[in-house]
Amino acid sequence: MPREHYLNATYGIRSWLLTTDHKRIALLYLASVTFFFFIGGAFATMIRIHLLSPKGLLVTPETYNKLFTMHGVAMIFFFLIPSIPAVLGNFLLPIMIGAKDLAFPKINLLSWYIYLLGGCFVLYSFSTGGLDTGWTFYTPLSSVYSNSAVTPAVLGVFINGFSSILTGLNFIVTVHTMRAPGMTWFRLPLFVWAQYATSIIFILGTPVIAITLLLAGLERMFHLGFFNPALGGDPILFQHLFWFYSHPAVYIMILPAMGVISEIIPTFARKPIFGYSFIAGSSIAIAVIGFFVWAHHMFVTGESTYAALTFSLLSYLVAIPSAVKVFNWTSTLYKGSISYDTPMLYALGFIGLFLIGGLTGLFLACLGLDIHLHDTYFVIAHFHYIMVGGAVMGYVGGLHYWWPKITGKLYPEFLARVAAITLFLGFNLTFFPQFILGYLGMPRRYASYPPEFQVLNVMSTAGASILALGYLLPMIYLTWSMRYGEVAGPNPWPGTGLEWRTPSPPPTENFDVTPEVTWEPYDYDNRPDLGLDVSGVPALAHGDD
Amino acid sequence: MHRTGELYEQYRTLEQQRETASLGMWIFLSTEVLFFAGLFMTYTLNRSTYPDIFSEASKTIKLSWGAINTVVLIGSSLTMAMAVWASQTGKKKALTWFLIATLVLGTVFLGIKSIEYHDKYVEHHIPGWNFQFEPGADAATNAHAQLFFSLYFGMTGLHALHMIIGAGLLLWLIKESLRGRFTPEYNTPVENIGLYWHFVDIVWIFLFPLLYLIDRH
Amino acid sequence: MSVDGLMAYITAVCAFFAVAITAAVIYFFFKYRRKHPGEVGVPIHGDMRLETLWIVVPLFLALTMFGWGAVVYVDFRRAPMDTLDIYVIGKQWMWKIQQPTGLREINELHVPVGRNVKLILASEDVIHDFSVPAFRVKMDVVPGHYNTMWFRPTKAGRYHFFCQQYCGTNHALMGGWVTVMEPMEYAAWLSGSSEATANPVLAGEKLFAEKACNTCHLTNGTGRAPSLNGVYGASVLLADGSTVTADDAYLRESILNPQAKIVAGYAPLMPSFQGQLTEEQIIDLTSYIKSLQSQPVPTKGSGVAPATGKK
Repeated sequence: MPREHYLNATYGIRSWLLTTDHKRIALLYLASVTFFFFIGGAFATMIRIHLLSPKGLLVTPETYNKLFTMHGVAMIFFFLIPSIPAVLGNFLLPIMIGAKDLAFPKINLLSWYIYLLGGCFVLYSFSTGGLDTGWTFYTPLSSVYSNSAVTPAVLGVFINGFSSILTGLNFIVTVHTMRAPGMTWFRLPLFVWAQYATSIIFILGTPVIAITLLLAGLERMFHLGFFNPALGGDPILFQHLFWFYSHPAVYIMILPAMGVISEIIPTFARKPIFGYSFIAGSSIAIAVIGFFVWAHHMFVTGESTYAALTFSLLSYLVAIPSAVKVFNWTSTLYKGSISYDTPMLYALGFIGLFLIGGLTGLFLACLGLDIHLHDTYFVIAHFHYIMVGGAVMGYVGGLHYWWPKITGKLYPEFLARVAAITLFLGFNLTFFPQFILGYLGMPRRYASYPPEFQVLNVMSTAGASILALGYLLPMIYLTWSMRYGEVAGPNPWPGTGLEWRTPSPPPTENFDVTPEVTWEPYDYDNRPDLGLDVSGVPALAHGDD
Repeated sequence: MHRTGELYEQYRTLEQQRETASLGMWIFLSTEVLFFAGLFMTYTLNRSTYPDIFSEASKTIKLSWGAINTVVLIGSSLTMAMAVWASQTGKKKALTWFLIATLVLGTVFLGIKSIEYHDKYVEHHIPGWNFQFEPGADAATNAHAQLFFSLYFGMTGLHALHMIIGAGLLLWLIKESLRGRFTPEYNTPVENIGLYWHFVDIVWIFLFPLLYLIDRH
Repeated sequence: MSVDGLMAYITAVCAFFAVAITAAVIYFFFKYRRKHPGEVGVPIHGDMRLETLWIVVPLFLALTMFGWGAVVYVDFRRAPMDTLDIYVIGKQWMWKIQQPTGLREINELHVPVGRNVKLILASEDVIHDFSVPAFRVKMDVVPGHYNTMWFRPTKAGRYHFFCQQYCGTNHALMGGWVTVMEPMEYAAWLSGSSEATANPVLAGEKLFAEKACNTCHLTNGTGRAPSLNGVYGASVLLADGSTVTADDAYLRESILNPQAKIVAGYAPLMPSFQGQLTEEQIIDLTSYIKSLQSQPVPTKGSGVAPATGKK
């Protein structure tokens, strides 16, 4: 008789749609975010094909403007922001801290339904006229002049925000009150620290965009004047309110991915992470400082020079904790015992791509340079390096790393390595030319462009086709592995966290007996239960933690 | 489904369950603070941009209703606090009465609010609905006054929505208290909904001076 | 261009770190690959000195980048005094440009080489952005107030300009050319153009009468509103005791939202002209008021602040 675990404990569609098991909810999210990834990806494909020709190859300008807007809205709000927290975070957070579930399991399910409701409104907007305001909804274009389906879209994003807020609330409370005995704060896996920092942003930032979009929607519906200068309002106020959330939102997208990397590297180097407390602290620092840099998106709006100076300085400060992480991850590789498994390939790819994305942020934080680079393809390249090269690689790498735990099956390793490398190469070919395009002056959100920019655009589209392959491959073989993959044991890598001390897949209540934690995280040389050979390890400097 | 007062599956002890619920409510309230903050920020900025029109417009809202409502709401916070005390000390009948008193006061507040809204309707001060600030007011004055009233309805409307939700929660509390569910060992819903009610009261404490009192001369 | 120097510096620093870290990662990846299946790595938990090093050094470098960028930016935001002022109006989806003489162009901007050129940017509808990549400058064009930007062309030629803030359907088509000409050519072009040009000062004077501004703003200062002789560029004393410089933005605000700043000694009688004037008409009125700069300022009944005794 097969062992009972969370996947087969109960059957039927009701047992899934009405589940309060965090692991099942994670899978519900996996299905929905993947759906929106397809939608956003379809729009991206059309964009890149259209841009093969300077006059635009595929669609009219009206349609093109809708394509990039809907690509942004789908990807940012319905894929990137939920992805790691709602899929990996939901699945792993309770297990990693030794709990049976999150603090509020029913609210967790509610979060998913709210996400779906928001998604429905947005899909309704996409299919009845589309949305052409840019994902940034700048006024008065969005609130007065646009003829597209703005109101349902704005409503959809507004509703979706509550999904984030409830998830963040759940995570924070869980980490505070549901840890197993012995699981002190500084024994928490760094993935948990990352989710905690992300959740702070969820709860403090999301309400602000909620009220902002509400006001913009009301303005559009009732011809009010908050952001419309013809009625005494201020379009720049919209931008301040919008970016107050949307800048921290980018940290929502990257911090969880950094948390994934901080788990993968120690496992595949078989040694503790270098600088644990610095990595933990840097996550919190990024979350906090990230709230104070929003107006670096507004350097050329005519904002006061003093404001610009302040935001530029703070934007440089927020870069430092990220740099600290990169140095610490690299140092972890030193004198490690490194294996080339797919999750490690994703982690190292992340370091390389996040490095470029993060460093190019320094160009944009620089006031003098931003004048030239603002709203060009340089910005597009910068954020895609971080969000795709960073966050998505972290997400896909994390999916591979924990796939055996989630499904009880192993994915095909050779094919996975091929896909990882394909993704890495395709990504660079797609987006590196865009840095150059931006420096040369090609503006973003352009349905047609001067002919001198064509060669770089064609290179970018060529890269995109390879990138698409890099995404399709995992979708295919991961799905295949759920049925035909080799059966995984509880700890294939092996990893040191609590999640690897439960069966794969875990039982519904995660642990038969509540664990008592007595060991430090990533402590490979003190874990005889992992069956590894620690004989060759010298007693070494345990520097400051 | 579990009856209230029993240990839910994911918790190890009742103490943990209570702590978790309380922390959850505090964090939820902090999100509400940020939610209202954006609106308050918008109001404050617009107030300082158009001080004269905003002052004029604010004078058309009756101070007396606002003041009465303030007293009513603070009173309801008092009765709510008494309800929490009653639940902590096992006085079940008093608990129910205090909850009912809170609900009644909350309803009075909402009733007075609807009188105020009706007044605004009669005076053509509802934005987007035949808005006209004063007969003969020029375009700019109308636009800026409409800004004031948009924010007035936005802020008080959002607040009233939270009160309605609070009233719903109170109804549920009253029903449960009539069944004797709350004891000194288990009164978490009373405490947490009390927190929510106090928060809604505090929002009003900010709203009232900002909308009714400033620059009244 | 100092922007290019800055770009080179930041690129060099970033390239250095990118290469160094990538090299380290690749090197460690191969040098420390697993030799046998059960092998573990050497447990090194951290090193305070290293952490300090890689916090302090990046911080220092970041501050240099900030500092240099700040200098460039402050210079860009502070136009010099002696500028050739050109009005630029953006609307969906075209640019209307007005030279100082009133000569109007559409999607073309002619400027002389070697002069400091200041653009005063206004929008008639949504947010646009006027961007000249070759000059490394851009500035948003925001409805509801003026933004300004300046540059100094150094080489004759034709250079693209683009709308650089998404503004709707034909955002990508909303561009044109900046033509930089030798000063003599520019002067010749300005005066010799056969296009019928409406002198903005005359147009403004006409509007001033049409909209009945002249019934209150009597030039001799005896009217219900202050005389506008000499007010452009001067310091104005307001009713609340503060002073403000009467620049383009002040004049525009006074026309659209007169209650915002009342001149000392006057009642708040002026009606708002919000919704009654296009941006071009406001510019015409401003040009007319500017032309009154050299007119005699009445001793009583002027908005000009007497404090410094100037004019």
